[in-house]
Parts: sequence; C-alpha cells; structure tokens
Amino acid sequence: MKDIFLATYLAVKEVVRNRGRFLMVALVIALITVLVLFIAALGEGLSDANRQYVANLDAQLIVFLEKSDYSITASRLETNTVKSVRRIDGVADAGPIYTSNSEIVSLPEPLKISLLGAEADRPGMPALIEGRYFRGGEAREAVMDLSVAERSNLKIGDEIEIRSTQGTEDEFYSLTIVGLVDEQAYFFQPTIFVPAATWELMRPQASSDLGSDTPYPNIIAVKLNDPLQVEEMKQRLVNQISNIEVADIETTINNIPGYTAQQGTVQTQGGFTLLIGILVIGGFFQIQILQKVPQIGVLKAIGSSNFVVGLSAIIQIVIVTAIGVGIGAVLNYLFSLGLPPAIPLDFNGTRSLIAIALLLLIGPLGGMVSIIYAIRIEPLKALRLG
Amino acid sequence: MKHSALEVRDLVKSFTVDGIAFNAVDHVSFKVNSGEFVALVGPSGSGKTTMLSILAALLTPTSGQVKIDGQDLAKMSETERVKLRREKIGFTFQSNNLIPFLTAQENVEFMLRLNGVLGHAGRLRSGELLARLGLADRLHNLPAQMSGGQQQRVAIARALIHEPTLVLADEPTASLDTERAFQVVETFAHLIHESERAGIIVTHDLRMCKHVDRVLQMEDGKLVRIYEGKKEIKELSQGVLKH
Repeated sequence: MKDIFLATYLAVKEVVRNRGRFLMVALVIALITVLVLFIAALGEGLSDANRQYVANLDAQLIVFLEKSDYSITASRLETNTVKSVRRIDGVADAGPIYTSNSEIVSLPEPLKISLLGAEADRPGMPALIEGRYFRGGEAREAVMDLSVAERSNLKIGDEIEIRSTQGTEDEFYSLTIVGLVDEQAYFFQPTIFVPAATWELMRPQASSDLGSDTPYPNIIAVKLNDPLQVEEMKQRLVNQISNIEVADIETTINNIPGYTAQQGTVQTQGGFTLLIGILVIGGFFQIQILQKVPQIGVLKAIGSSNFVVGLSAIIQIVIVTAIGVGIGAVLNYLFSLGLPPAIPLDFNGTRSLIAIALLLLIGPLGGMVSIIYAIRIEPLKALRLG
Repeated sequence: MKHSALEVRDLVKSFTVDGIAFNAVDHVSFKVNSGEFVALVGPSGSGKTTMLSILAALLTPTSGQVKIDGQDLAKMSETERVKLRREKIGFTFQSNNLIPFLTAQENVEFMLRLNGVLGHAGRLRSGELLARLGLADRLHNLPAQMSGGQQQRVAIARALIHEPTLVLADEPTASLDTERAFQVVETFAHLIHESERAGIIVTHDLRMCKHVDRVLQMEDGKLVRIYEGKKEIKELSQGVLKH
C-alpha cells in the first residue's frame, strides 16, 4: 500500500508541476477522442438510420422470396404467403411489410422518406407513442416516425402531400397524419406508415405495374410463440411453405444493401484512429521516459523499487489519458448540440461508450513500451558509469 | 568506540572489453568507521566510480566482500539491496541529483516517504536541516529555481535526513565553482561528523580533501596509498605532496 501511495504521489506531483507539457498531450488525446467519438457516433447513427425499423420489429424471423438472398428490395412475396405463415404451428402472428421510397413535397424543403406499408396491430407495424393507427383499405391516413416530425414540424392532424413517380408521370397524393411512432428510420430515411392498399396506390411504379392494384409484400415479419425457437421455426417455415427463405433479424439487417460494407468501413476508420492514438501516446511517453532516464536512475539508486517507478508511469499515463478523453468527450457533446438532425450522428450509442472505454485503454497500451523501458533502466544511470 | 560502518575485503570487479579482461577494482580492502569522512581519489579510469557503484549496492563485485553495518551485500537479494539503499545509504550525485518536479523540501522528505516514516516530526526535521544548510528561503523552490550549489546542499540534506549508516557522494562538486565547492564539502564534512555517519566522497579535485579524515588513492583499480593525519592531508590538498 505504501508503494501505491508513493507511486501516486510521484505521478500526481509530476503532472501538476509540468501541467503545461501534460496538458498538451492531453489535448492531443482530446482531439483523437473527438475523432474517434465522431466516427463511433457516425457509425451508430448510420447504423440506426439504416436498420432501426428492422432492428425494432416485434418479430424474430423475416420471410423472404426464395433466392432473394435476404435482400428486402429483391424480395416480393405472393399475397397468400402471409396467411400460410400465420397457419404454421409455433407462429404467434405475422405481418406483411411493403417498402418503397417517396417524398413529402408539401414542406418548405421536400423531405425524402421511406414509405412503408403494414397492417395495424400486426408485426411490422411499430407501437404508437401518440395518436391512433390508420384505418384499413385505401384510407388516406398515415403514421409517421418522430424523426419526420422533428425535421418538418408536422404534427398529428396535419395533412401532407407526397409525390410518386408512376410510369413517366409524377402523381401527388394527400395523407392525414393520425399517429406517431419512434425510432423507425429505414434505409437512411425517416418513415411514414400507410395501409397496404394505400401503399400500392401511392408507391412509385413502372408503367408495366400500373394495371395492378394488388399489393405484394416484400417481406413478412414473423412473431414466434417461443422467441428462443428461432432455428427450429426457420426450418419449419421453409419446409412447409414453398418459394420462401427465412432469416433472423440480424441476418436481415446485415443484408440491407450496403449495411455491412458501410459498417465495416466505419469500424475500420475507428480502428485506425485508435491505432494512431496508441502510436501518438506511445511516442509521447517514450520520449518523456528517454528524457527522464537519469531521474529514474536517481529514483532507483536512492531506493525506489521497480514497482513504484512502473506504477508511477502507469498512473501518470492514466491521468493524462483520462483528462484528454474527458476534454474530448465534452468537446464532442458541445459539437453535437450544433449539428442538424439530418446528419446521422448518435453520440449516445453503445459504440460511443465502447470508444470511450477503448480510448481510456489506449493510454496505458500506448505507454506500455515506455513503462517497460522505465522499469529496465539501471540505477547505475544515476552515476557517471551509466 | 566507533564501529565499522563499512568493510571492504579483497574486492575485485572485472570487466571484459573487446575480449580483453581487466580489473576495474583490483583486490581492494579498507574500512570506514561511523563519524569518519573519507575521500576516494584517483585519475580518470582508476576505478573510483566502479568502487562507489559496488559500495552503493548498484553493481555486483566479481569477488571479495562488502559489509554495510555488518550486512554482507553478496548475500542479499535484489529486493534486499533496494531496501538497503533506501534505509542504510544516503546518496549525492554529480548531476541530475534532485527530482525536478519536487521542491527542495519535498526532495528531502522523499527519503522519509520512501522509508514510510514521514510524519510531522520528519517534516520539521527536513525544514530544519535545509535551514541549517542556508536554504530556509528555498524550501518551496523547484530544483530549476536554485543554483548548482543550492541543489547540492539539498542533495546533502536528502542524503542525511533518514540517518543512513553510509553516505556516498559521487563528485558532488564537479559542476560548482571553487568557492561553492569548498562550501559544499565543508558543510558535508561537518554534518557527517556531527551525525556520526560514515561518508565517502569521490573526487578528482585534491583541494576538496581538506575537510576529510582520510584519503584513499586509487590507480588502475588498486588502492595505492592511504593519506592519514591532518598534516599529510593538508599537504595533499595544497598540492605539497605529489600523489
């Protein structure tokens, strides 16, 4: 215990008495922190913007058209498949999901949205946080995601106009907002939910599709009686229904177009930034230790143990890293206050917390070489012989 | 009766350079009693610093015996050597003596911290010791804010504060002007005598031997001559005697 106090005493005294020098390296760590947290927040934000709707589905399995490679956009199921799925033993409920894109044009700035068709109170339709679900049929009613409301100041009861390219013509449709859901971004866009028939009417479509008024779901969200029986139910569905393939939620997310590549890129960037952090911190502390060789020699010569010298170096690195990460986190927070909602940054995500934990680790990790070096310094360095 | 603080018997330290072995310390024996201040002199390469390193338990001898306060260094583990240096030995070095981020008083108190005995009394004693060394107004100064002579006096205080058996000084006056060098050695000698410690000063400047009780002269690793008696030492320090 005495040695721990002694090491802490030495570390704190040196940091306080040389605060200018240590603050400088803390600021470098702060900049690295800003960069790492920004990348982490971007990764979290992009990830959310891409998968939020699928990740928050009240379902365990997703049914796709066979050979669609679990791609939502490539999958288009027969209308009676939903009923077939619901009849399978072990399925609690199933809901069709229809996906397309559209644009709200009745706002000062047009807003691109994901136009999703779903059945109220079925898997695929998220829980309301305000208002009511739309009625069935071709009701001109919509439930909007909170992110649409945040970007457009729309509220329940407001009427919106959406544009849809059908054939070679732009068609415009009116919808009344009747309900609000939260955290339902999909494919980088805020979402609007409408009944299946309304979706079929309003979705952008090629000239060849215009004659049909039957909505074909892209996928079906399946809620199981026993959420733990995912693998068994997957097999059962494939065996009993023809022309389908089934995936769990994670597989579905990973197959959202571009999701895996994008997340891989962001994570690689984050990893490299951390690596740069390790090298910068390692370099700084190595130079510092090299400058302190005679001083460490004196400390050892007068009776300080290797444990005290090594622990003191570790404590010092931890203090400086913690200060740097703290400053960086505050800077990030201030930075996040000024960002528009359209930029997909999420500073509150798990990744930011992991990034902070990793940043706190890179200090001692980067300084490891210098700590080992300090421990190996011979006390003879205090004498001219060294 | 004064007891033997340091005993060196038939000490040898060999090195091999470019395949050629030589004895940096060659069968040296001597004793230093408590309250005795001894100078170790000799030309560059004579083995003074190697000898000091062995006495400081920083270097292991090839053969022979070193006893500090009756404890045989050869029989000690590395941990025991660290403890011995902390408790039984006081050091001053030629340069880089003090911990640069600690004030004068903190540097002195550090030895008490190391030994886990820093209390109110220890703090008072360190302040008093520094005041006796003329540094009452420098207690809270960092080493960089003090002159070389002042730094050496702080180092002397640090070397003595924990009441070690043996105080070792490696060229403590090398970076000082003559006047300050004399002051430092005189103060050192006074405190060694007063506190009944055994002191060894390594120096190449014979003028600094004026305040010591004995001079051990080394050459090519051997102890070639011992100067004793005030007259002989005075003559040596004044350059009357050829060494």
